[in-house]
Formats: sequence, C-alpha cells, structure tokens
Amino acid sequence: MIPEFEKFKGFSAKNLPKEEPLAPGHRACQGCGEVLALRMVMKALGKNVIVCNATGCMEIISSPYPYTSWTVPWIHVAFENAASVASGVESAMKVLKRKGKIPKKHVDILAVGGDGATGDIGLQWISGAFERGHDFVYVCLDNEAYMNTGVQRSGCTPYGAMTTTSPPGKKSFGQVTWKKNVPAIAVAHNIPYVATASPAYFLDLMNKVKKAALVKGPAYVHIFSPCPTGWGSAGERSIEIAKLAVETKVFPLYEVIEGRYFMSRKISKPKPVEEYFKGQRRFRHLTEDHIEYIQRRVDAEYDKLVKLSEMA
Amino acid sequence: MAKRVGIEVSIAVSEAVKLARAEVIPAYPITPQTHIVEHLSEIIANGDLDAEFIPVESEHAAMSCCCGSAAAGARTFTSSSSQGLSLMSEILYIPSTMRLPIVMVLANRALSAPISIWNDHQDVMVQRDIGWIQTFAENGQEAVDLTLHAFRVAEDRRVSLPMIVNIDGFTLSHMIEPIELPDQEEVDKYLPPFKPRRRLDPRKPITMGPVGIPEVYTEAKVAHDQALKASRKIILKAWQEFADIFGRQYNPVEEYRTEDAEIMLVTMGSISETAMTAVDKMRDEGKKVGLLKLRLWRPFPSLEFRRIAKSAKVLGVIDRCLPPGAVCGPVGEEIRSLFYKVPGAPKVFNFIAGLGGRDVTVERFEEMADKAAAYAKKRPKELYEVIGVREK
Repeated sequence: MIPEFEKFKGFSAKNLPKEEPLAPGHRACQGCGEVLALRMVMKALGKNVIVCNATGCMEIISSPYPYTSWTVPWIHVAFENAASVASGVESAMKVLKRKGKIPKKHVDILAVGGDGATGDIGLQWISGAFERGHDFVYVCLDNEAYMNTGVQRSGCTPYGAMTTTSPPGKKSFGQVTWKKNVPAIAVAHNIPYVATASPAYFLDLMNKVKKAALVKGPAYVHIFSPCPTGWGSAGERSIEIAKLAVETKVFPLYEVIEGRYFMSRKISKPKPVEEYFKGQRRFRHLTEDHIEYIQRRVDAEYDKLVKLSEMA
Repeated sequence: MAKRVGIEVSIAVSEAVKLARAEVIPAYPITPQTHIVEHLSEIIANGDLDAEFIPVESEHAAMSCCCGSAAAGARTFTSSSSQGLSLMSEILYIPSTMRLPIVMVLANRALSAPISIWNDHQDVMVQRDIGWIQTFAENGQEAVDLTLHAFRVAEDRRVSLPMIVNIDGFTLSHMIEPIELPDQEEVDKYLPPFKPRRRLDPRKPITMGPVGIPEVYTEAKVAHDQALKASRKIILKAWQEFADIFGRQYNPVEEYRTEDAEIMLVTMGSISETAMTAVDKMRDEGKKVGLLKLRLWRPFPSLEFRRIAKSAKVLGVIDRCLPPGAVCGPVGEEIRSLFYKVPGAPKVFNFIAGLGGRDVTVERFEEMADKAAAYAKKRPKELYEVIGVREK
C-alpha cells in the first residue's frame, strides 16, 4: 500500500477545513454541481497548492479580470494543456528547490479541467504528463458535455443524452456512443492513484482528492459534476441527481490504488436507471427500448468493475 | 580565456544554453533542431547542468510546459522548427501577452506541403505576430551570442517577454564553424540569475491568465505592444554590454559596404554571408551595391532601418517565404510600409528566394541587384519576383 496514506486520518464532519481557497462570489450558474465539486477539491487541498486550470466553465466563472475567486496561485493558459502547464510548474519547482531558490517544503500541484478538456482535446497532454510521472493531481470535473460553449456533446456524454450537437430527431435518439471511460485510460498509464468521486458524497470526494495529493507521482480523480443548465434539471436537485447516479450504478465510485480496484460504495439494492433519468430534460426523449438497453449495459459495466475489485 | 574551437553550431548553441544555466528545458525532437536537444539531454545526463529536461509528447506540450515553468520562476529554454513551431502556434501567443520570459532557438525550416526538412523562413514568418522578440543569426558565433543575449533581454524585468533566436536549419545548425565559447565567469557576469517579478507561489498567490472581458482586452493587447516596442532600448543596451564583456558588437540592422551604395540588398540569417561575397564581387566590378542585414525582426527596428536605408535609391528586399496570394513577401511588405510616401525614400522591390533549401548563390544575388536596378527604371507588374524558378 501507499505509505503516505497511513498518516492521513481522513476528513470527517468534525474536522472539515474552514478555509475556502476558491472564494465565493464567482459567476457559476445556480445549482452548479461542478463549482461545488471544485470547492470541495480545494477545501481538501488547502492553500499550499498551485492550480493549473484548463479553459472551461470553472476558469471563466472564477477569473473575470480584475476579479478573481482564487486565493491560491492559479494559472490558465489554454484549453487542452493544463497537464502540460502543471508538468512545467512541477519541473520548475523541482529544480528551484534543488538549487535552494525556493523553500524545500512540498507544494501540491493541481491540474483541473472539464470532460472535454480531459477526455477529448486534452487526452494526449494528460497521457504525456502521466507517462513522464510528474508529481501532480489531475482532476476532471465531468459534466458530460461542452457546457461552456453551449452544451455540445463530448466523448463523456452518456448514451442517449440530448445535447446541441447530438439532438434527437427522426433519425437519431441523441448521443449514439457510450460514455468514454477516461478513468480506465488513466489506469492504463500505471499511475499510482485513480479514483472516481461525486459531490453527493463529499467526504469521500475530499478524502480521495487528499489521497491523490499525498501519493508521489501522478494521480487522477474523475468527479461527476451535475450541470442544471446543460442537463435541463432543477438547480436544487444537483446533489440528489449526483446521488442517484451512484445509486443506479450509472456512476460507480471506486479507487484504483497501484493498479488494484476498490469499490468505494457497493450498490446492493440498485435503483432503476429510469429514476436517475427523471427530471433531466436531456433524457426525456428516450424510449423504453433505449432505457432497457442502457439498464443492461450499466449493469454489465458495473459488474466488470466489481470483478476487477474482486481481483484486488 | 574563452577558447575558439571548431564545433557544430547546434552543439555550440547547447553549450550556450548550458553557460546560461537554463533550468527547465521542455523539448520535442524535430529535424533539423535535433542536435540541440540531443546535446542538451547529454549535458544534463552527465550532470554538467542542473536542469530538468522534459521529454514532452509534442511541441504543443513543449510550449505549454514552458509557460508553466516560466510562470513558476525557472529559466526556461526550448528549441523547435517548422511543423513543430506550427503545432505550438496556439500557445505561442499566450506567454508573450502573459509576459513570461522563455527563450527558443528556432532552426528555421520550410513548411509542408510538400514536406521538406530544408531551410527557409516560412515557419517563423507564419508566427510573425506572436508578440515575441525575434532575432536572426548569420553564423555560428552569432547563434551562440544571440542565445546568451536572448536570456538577458527576455528576463529583464522591464521586458519580461519571450524571445526567439532564428538560426537557419542545416545551412547553419549543422555547420562546423570556428566559434568562441565564452567563459562561465564572464557569462555569469553578463547574465545574472533569473529573478521574476511574479511567480506562482503559495506564499504570495496571484491569478495568471484570467478572462479578458471587452473592457480590458484592448488594453491588455496595447500593453503588450507597448512592452514589445519598449524592449528595443533594453535589446540595444544588452548588446552594448555584451560588446563590453565579450568584444563583439551587434546592431539591429547591420550594414555591409553601404557607403555611397545606390542599391542595397536586404537579407536575414545565414544567406547574408553569401550576400557579402556577392557584394564584394559587384563592388570590384564598380557597381554601387551594399547590404543590409536585418538582425532584429521584432520589434521591427524602424528607426535604425530608415536611417541607414534612406540613402539608397533602390532596396532589393529578399524574403525566404512565399505567402500565396499576397501582395508580396512579409519582409518586403514591412519595408514597403516603412517607406510609403516618405519623401525621397528608396524604391522597394521584393525578391523571394531560397525556399525549401534551394541555394541562393552569389550569381543569384547579382541577378537580384541587377533586377532591382532595372526595376527602378521600369516598374515590374508584380510587387515581388520569385528567383531561380526552374522552367523545366
């Protein structure tokens, strides 16, 4: 196991950090699940961190010059390259520490981007950074489409979902491809720590982010991030929807520590996927046949994960 | 004492980067830049330079790493060429407006298609407006000297801009030339350690690269333009100090036999050496031909260029880039604008030569000087002429 984990006691309701590295007053939509997840990520990391943000909702809402929501050092360069920017920061810190130009104290480095920046356009940059073994955390805030540009489909958009570039019509039922398994791609790089998380389980989320930071080398956390604007759901339901995604096995929570899978939450009495779809306009057009197919595949994907965890 | 040695220019450039004590070097291999990054990897592997070499997966990542590294406060170097520079293109505009000093040696090479690994200036001319300081080296010694100069200027707090040193691919990068490599002590005197005004540091948090709403975007761009123009003074001062320490003087526009010259050819980079031979020959024949070598491309040295070139009757500006469908080549266009409606200004003619590794010989320079003289009497239909096109 990872020695750094031993000294970490874990977050609980009693020891939640009070500091808010991502300050309030930003311009996110009402009920944004992504900014909530990011707030938890930052709470878990604290103030001793450098953040490299990909272009996207979180970058836009937090940095309209001359305002900033960031009380920690933060850099945004472009859309696809947050992992490379983080690589540059990490390498610079390494050599500057060696030369005695900055304090030797460890500083966490976070690269953060949405599902488009991570699973589509930025995949190569992330792959390069993981393969080279930089000591940093990559967090993907997955709201399952290009929300910042107006809800276009991404590789992480779920099967059947309506977006502005996967509209249902006479000859289409919405997104025709299954959600890309980005955590599995991260695992394929043999990095020490990969996890999925959800803002509905905020202690689990914060503990995973902290573990990702503690581990030496690259770590990846993929966080489910409800988007009321893009999903056509009520703002006050974001956490409920995030919870349903887990309870229906649509978004399973797990960790992959040094290649070994661990289920964070086993779903013994799953709810039907239909319950998760309810109240989300993006799934409203789906027929019973579609829902049945999705249910079968969701169950199969979940079983695969459980099997992997049984091999651990 | 500095020693003069026979050395490949790429190797000498790497030695200059070592002498500059670069700290982070993200790079991706591309012909003809490879010898620079290979030798730097070797220098670091042998423990002769305390630096991090980041073997990135693409040039785009190389430039992205450079942004992170410079923002974190490390002396940052990279090298690229041609398609690689084009792949970086999206990012190149960013560190300049964000005022991150990065030094890049660019081994100039043609752009595809057809694919060509050989030399011209199309790669850098496409990136004309990235807002970096850009210089051109004529020979190996200049490549070394301009690399040291680039770190000095880029990191000056009054400048804080990235900088490209252009060296011609193969025709310069792969030549073995006698080069004086300066002593470490002297380089240390010339180039103090990088002390950024701001860096990513949890002790003093700052937000870098925020959103530029319409109320601030124009001002950000104007500030960048002003900074680039204001860098001229620091560039000149750093050359003066270079001369004081190392004894070699550089200028934004170098003159060669321009006294009473009626025709002046304008060159950039290594073809200037052949051009000087051609000028000597033409002078021997009694032709009043001189040469202007443009060393500083950005910021454009308008003041110096106007002052030196105004005594000519005709300028033959040589571009090593063919922009299809344009009025003329980029350097030709720039100089034409500079003299537009200036009373008594020289007539400007534009030649495009030396594309994709095509040699520009002494005879070609003579041809261009003669044509420039003839066109001054009878204006040609087109504003540019491609030299040395094979008819069959």
